[in-house]
Amino acid sequence: MRTAAPRKVLSALFVAACGLSVILALIPLAFVLFFVVSQGIQSLNLDFFLHNPRPVGEPGGGMANAIVGTLMLTGLAAAMAVPIGIFSGVYLSEYRGSRFASAVRFAADTLNGVPSIVIGVFAYGVAVLPLRHFSTLAGGLALGIMMIPIIARTTEELLLLVPHALREGALALGATRARAVFSVLVPAALPGIITGVVLALARIAGETAPLLFTSFNNRFFSTSLTQPISSITVQVFTYAISPYEDWHRQAWAGALVLVSIVLICSVAARVATARVARIRTQ
Amino acid sequence: MRSPDLGFRVSIGAFAAALLLVVIAIGFTLANDSWLSLQKFGLNFWRTSTWNPVSGEFGALPFIWGTLYSSVLALLIATPVALGIAVFISELCPRMLRTPLVFLTELLAAIPSIVYGLWGIFVLVPAVRGVETAMPASLRTLPLFSGPPLGVGMFAAALILAVMVVPFTSAVAREVLKTVPETQREAAYALGATRFEAIRAAIFFARTGIIGAVMLGFGRALGETMAVTMVIGNNPQVALSLFAPQYTMAAVIANEFTEAANALYLSALVEIGLVLFVITLAVNALSRALIWSMARQLPSKAAA
Repeated sequence: MRTAAPRKVLSALFVAACGLSVILALIPLAFVLFFVVSQGIQSLNLDFFLHNPRPVGEPGGGMANAIVGTLMLTGLAAAMAVPIGIFSGVYLSEYRGSRFASAVRFAADTLNGVPSIVIGVFAYGVAVLPLRHFSTLAGGLALGIMMIPIIARTTEELLLLVPHALREGALALGATRARAVFSVLVPAALPGIITGVVLALARIAGETAPLLFTSFNNRFFSTSLTQPISSITVQVFTYAISPYEDWHRQAWAGALVLVSIVLICSVAARVATARVARIRTQ
Repeated sequence: MRSPDLGFRVSIGAFAAALLLVVIAIGFTLANDSWLSLQKFGLNFWRTSTWNPVSGEFGALPFIWGTLYSSVLALLIATPVALGIAVFISELCPRMLRTPLVFLTELLAAIPSIVYGLWGIFVLVPAVRGVETAMPASLRTLPLFSGPPLGVGMFAAALILAVMVVPFTSAVAREVLKTVPETQREAAYALGATRFEAIRAAIFFARTGIIGAVMLGFGRALGETMAVTMVIGNNPQVALSLFAPQYTMAAVIANEFTEAANALYLSALVEIGLVLFVITLAVNALSRALIWSMARQLPSKAAA
C-alpha cells in the first residue's frame, strides 16, 4: 500500500486548510471587535448620548442629535417597509405559482442585490431633487427601500413553514382566505416575522451610503422631516475622515454603538428563532 | 374564486406590485437623471480616463477599472477561504461547533460597512503601509508593487472587501453543499476515497451552485461603498500596482455627489450609478440562475 500514504497526507492537509480558513476569517472579526470595543469604550460616556457635537477642541460633545436622527430614519423606513414587505410576503406565499408572484420574487431578490449607494442615488432623484433640499424623508425612503425585500422574503419563507393543517382547519371552518391568512397563518409565523424585521432594522441602522446625499448631515438637533438630519453612521464617517484626534475618538464611540445594536439584535433574533424552532418540534 | 378572495388577492397584490414598481422606478429614474451625460458622451464616457469636473471632462474608465480590479482581487482572496469555511462547517466540524461558527460568520456579515472602514483607516492601512515599506526593493521594481508605500490603495481595499465578501459566499456555498445527496459521498468512500477525495467529489457535483455562490460575492464586492471609499485612496487612475491609490464607481458617487455643482456633473455621477445598477443586476441574476439550476437538477431528494 505504498500509494495510499501521499493520498492520506493530501487529505489531512486539505482538512487542515479548511480549519485554517475558518481561523483566517475569524481573525479580522476578532480584530475589528477588539478595536471597536477598546477604542470606543474610552470615549463612550453619558455626554455622548446627551450632547450634540461640539467644535473641535471643546470637550463634552456627543451624538445626541445623530442618535435621534438614526431612530427617526429607521422608524420612517420601518413605517414604509413593514406593510409593503409583509403583504408582499403574504402574496408570494399565497399565490406561489402565479407568474406575477415569480416576477415580484425576482424583483425582491434584485432589489436585495442593488448596492445601497445606488438606492441613495434613486432616493435623491425622487425625493431630494423635487423638494430642492436634503431631508429626513428622503433618507427614510432610501432605507425603507432596502428593508422591503428582506421583510418580504422572510415573511414568505416563514409562512411556508406553517403546517398545512392549520390552513386547512381554518378553511374547513368556513373562513375566507383573508381570514385564514390574517387570523391563523400570520399569527403562527409572527415571532419569526418580527425577528426578520428586527434583523432588517439592525442592518439598515448601520447603512451610511444611502444617507450621504438624502438625509445628509446636520450639526444641530433636529426632528424635522423636511430638513437634513444627522445619523450615527454619517457622523462616524465625517469624524473618521477628519484630521482631529478628538473626532476620531467620537467616531470609535459611534462605531461601538452601531456594533452593539447589531450584536444585540442578532443575539435576540437567534434566541427567538431557537425558541420558535423548539416549540414547533414539540 | 369567491369574490372576497378576489378582493383579498387584489389588495395584497397591490403591495406586491409596489415592490415590483420600486425596481422599475429605480431603473427609470437612473436612466432619466443621467440622460444629459448619456447623450453628451455616449460610449466615450467609458473609454476615456480624464475626470475633470471643472473643465467638464468626464471619463469614467478609472472607476470601472478600480471597481472590477478591487472586486476581482477580493474574490481571489475570499473564494478559497469562503469555500474552506463552507466545507469545514458542512462536512468536517463537530456538530456542537456548527451553530457558533455559523453565528460568527453571520456576524462578520452584519458588522456595518462604516465600522470596517473606520477600522481600515486606523488599523489596516497602517499595517498595510508597514508591509509595503518592508517589501524588498527588488520586488518594488515590479509593476504590481510600484509606487510609494502609502498604505491606502488597492491592496488595502481588496483586503477589506475580501473580509466583507467571505460570509456571503460561504453561506451560499454551505447551502449548496447541503443539497448534495449523501449517496455521492457514500459512493466515494465505498470506492476507498480519502476524505479529501470524497469532498472533492461533492464539490464537483455542486460546482454550478458554487460558481453561483462566488458570483454572489462578486456582486456584493462591486457595490460595496463605505469601507472601500475610506481605504482605497480615491485617485482616479488606471494602474496595475496594488500599492497605488485608486477609485471605484461606488466611491466616486459617495464622495462627489453632494459637490456636483452643475447638471452635467450630477448626471455623469448618476450614469455611473446606472451602470453599477445594471452590472450588479446582471451578476446577481446570473448567480441566482446558477444556484437555482443546481437545486433543480437534483432528483428531488429521491436519493436520500
